[in-house]
Amino acid sequence: MDKKDNFLKIKHLYSRAGFGISYTELEKLSKKNSSRALENFFPKERKPQDLDTVSTEDSRSQMMMQAALGAKKDLTPEEKEQRKNITRLQNERSRDLNIAWLQRMMTTEDPFLEKMTLFWHGHFACRSNDPYYAQQLNNIQRTNALGDFKTLLVEVSKSPAMLQYLNNQQNRKNHPNENFARELMELFTIGRGNYTEQDIKESARAFTGWTYTKEGAFEFKPAIHDSADKTFFGKTGNFDGEAIIDMILANPKTATFLSRKLYAFFVNDVPNDTHIAELATYMYQKQYHIGTVMQKMFSSDWFYAPENIGNKIKSPVEFIVGLSREFYVTYNRPQVLIQLQSSLGQYLFNPPNVAGWPGGRSWIDSSSLMLRMKIPSLVLNGGVIDFSGKADPEDEALIALNKKPKAPVPARSYVNAQADWDKFLTEFPKTLTPTELAAYLLQPQLNAKFAPMVSNSQSLKHAAIEITSMPEYQLC
Amino acid sequence: MKRRDFLRNSIFTAAGATIVPAFLKPLEAMALDELSLYKNLVVIQLSGGNDGLNTVVPFGSDLYYQKRKSIAIKPEDVIKLNDMQGLNPNMAALREIYDQGWMSVINDVGYPNPDRSHFRSMDIWQSASDSNQFLSTGWIGRYLDSNCQTCKFPYTAIEVDDSLSLAMKGGTKKGIALKDPATLFKNTNEAFFKEMINSQKEHLDEDNLGYLYKTMIETSSSASYIQNTSKIYEQKFTYPATGFANQLKTVSKFISSGLKTRVYYVSMSGFDTHVNQNQQQGNLLKQYSEGISAFLKDLKQNNKLDDTLVITFSEFGRRVEQNASNGTDHGTANNMFIYGGRLKKAGIFNNAPDLANLDNGDLKYQVDFRQVYGTILDKWLDVNNADILNKRFNTLDFI
Repeated sequence: MDKKDNFLKIKHLYSRAGFGISYTELEKLSKKNSSRALENFFPKERKPQDLDTVSTEDSRSQMMMQAALGAKKDLTPEEKEQRKNITRLQNERSRDLNIAWLQRMMTTEDPFLEKMTLFWHGHFACRSNDPYYAQQLNNIQRTNALGDFKTLLVEVSKSPAMLQYLNNQQNRKNHPNENFARELMELFTIGRGNYTEQDIKESARAFTGWTYTKEGAFEFKPAIHDSADKTFFGKTGNFDGEAIIDMILANPKTATFLSRKLYAFFVNDVPNDTHIAELATYMYQKQYHIGTVMQKMFSSDWFYAPENIGNKIKSPVEFIVGLSREFYVTYNRPQVLIQLQSSLGQYLFNPPNVAGWPGGRSWIDSSSLMLRMKIPSLVLNGGVIDFSGKADPEDEALIALNKKPKAPVPARSYVNAQADWDKFLTEFPKTLTPTELAAYLLQPQLNAKFAPMVSNSQSLKHAAIEITSMPEYQLC
Repeated sequence: MKRRDFLRNSIFTAAGATIVPAFLKPLEAMALDELSLYKNLVVIQLSGGNDGLNTVVPFGSDLYYQKRKSIAIKPEDVIKLNDMQGLNPNMAALREIYDQGWMSVINDVGYPNPDRSHFRSMDIWQSASDSNQFLSTGWIGRYLDSNCQTCKFPYTAIEVDDSLSLAMKGGTKKGIALKDPATLFKNTNEAFFKEMINSQKEHLDEDNLGYLYKTMIETSSSASYIQNTSKIYEQKFTYPATGFANQLKTVSKFISSGLKTRVYYVSMSGFDTHVNQNQQQGNLLKQYSEGISAFLKDLKQNNKLDDTLVITFSEFGRRVEQNASNGTDHGTANNMFIYGGRLKKAGIFNNAPDLANLDNGDLKYQVDFRQVYGTILDKWLDVNNADILNKRFNTLDFI
């Protein structure tokens, strides 16, 4: 395996399994056997760090206040003010949590873990007005991101955020609410077409009594649990929620459904049934151990096939995080990160619905694409892409007089961010050309037509801004 | 200069001033006569769940006054449309519109198994899905996908906003979001982007990179077309100074300048009135009505009202009974408004909501919202509604 080949493979691996790789690291790893890079992603031991932006005490005191107010019918002006304050605080905490996670992705030493968490965040899509519940679910998804799928699924199903979101609080004996049971099968495990409406009705009864306490802990309430027999997937018995989950996992179709989603997220929007079947068989064999399946995916030859390189549209979060990591960006006003997520259509913790973000080409429309192409210059250079193109006829006279045409005045960008250019530029050898820089920053190959545009740049810094403003940069 | 010559000239200016990739060849090939026959649809979304019962007030119903002790609109304040229903007094600007026969009210529009979550119900309305079905494309987006004779341009659907709603996203085609044509034009005209656009005119691959380039080129071409076509049009009509009226003003400018766009999408938010509803909703309804009134009169003056159909919806109505905070909580079926110069059935379209026959305290729907969409798709946009809505919906006779 030669170095150039390794360079491409490792860059691809890091762009999919993480959020990119620094040039120094890439150079270092390219000299070694390519399996060494993979080892970085699968250490013997992993210590997932919880997000802890929202403190338990904070959320408990708010819940108490809210509970006290909730019972009352007519509120005094002070109490109304109090209620407003609680809502304001919750919104503030929700934004803090969002930014904390995004900044974690931008700086973490374990990007693969955050990428997997991002995958589960979309897979088990959920909205919660309560930032503490939202944080709790996010931590469950991180802790179990690469572990046993059943543990992850059970913990997600028992989390207050999901129980509330899918109305399982209202799922009671004799008054079943089927919302959770339906989404469990349709979106979380086995997929449409592999169960009947009757299976939904019966399994909903098995989840009756799954509720949570005010403190945010799972609670099983036997009094509202339906303990009569249920007939599910053709078998009859007194099944509880976990028994239903076991039966769903015992069906290999579940492994296929999950493999298909992992493939779409990490490999290609266009499914390859042979590769997906290979993953699914392995997943079933390994009893849904996620880390093992991911290792298999990243070691497969097809993962590095040309058709799977540089042809996936970055999600808005992948795009923002990747850019920020590459250029060591500091956001002076982190709130803007929320604005960017929402204008680009991926506002973390606020998926469009329980099906999550559809991804792929749906990220791109005329307005989001123009904004995506403008963001690198906004983040890196106050909104200016210093590219003069062909000289304007008006400027020809000035050029003839040996005067410089007016450079555009750098507008102060609303993004208000700074790249650490020194740190970025010192990574490269003195001899690095703008074309070589493009080969590092872009996953697809630079279009030959644009090579002169890039190679004529006045400096590496200018080239970097131009390269990141190209449609090619939107792919990973 | 005659109107037709004027149009002809402006069109050639539009096409000549910009670089249009071969596969986009816009207007030259089109017969000019088509322009005047062009029909427009304007969709207005009221976000947050507008309380329909305090919008079109069933003042003839005792039950209404029983269930809404402190927030009901007094009979003497209602702008009466018939013996049973009338408009909220803040909607005075619509009286004249209604009397002209330019307005139709469809009561109790909804869908089976209604969802009370804003996000979910809005998705259902925008994607025209069943209540338990998740679609990632919108109904107008799928209309664009259908590639019919009249919807093949990238600027067929415009949303006057910074970002594009699900309703406007198809599987292969999407509408354009823009708040101001000049800004989008300026963005696509950035020297660096223009250089890329100009050097990438040949056949583009079907892969994602090709898709990105195609979107970029189309956006640039559309932005030039929209800017150049609309900038020559001088808007004379005075609109109220509100954000909503401003959006409609932009739409009117596009329609009146002869843009070949078929669908416009505009939204207005703030209708989630759980607390002290009357004041907040009153303000919004006033802005809404005055904006609509100016818009329709402007179109009338420009001879465009007959070619324009305007619809207004909200993701759900609110519960019949008010809550303890002088507001209302999330409900189900709601009224829709239809406006246009050529309505077949103006006025109140169907029976007023039956407040004695509720489903758990909520209105039962009489009309599936997809029947309204289906009617528009069939009779106004000239496509078969089954192709867009995934199954056939019976049409109504408001147009």
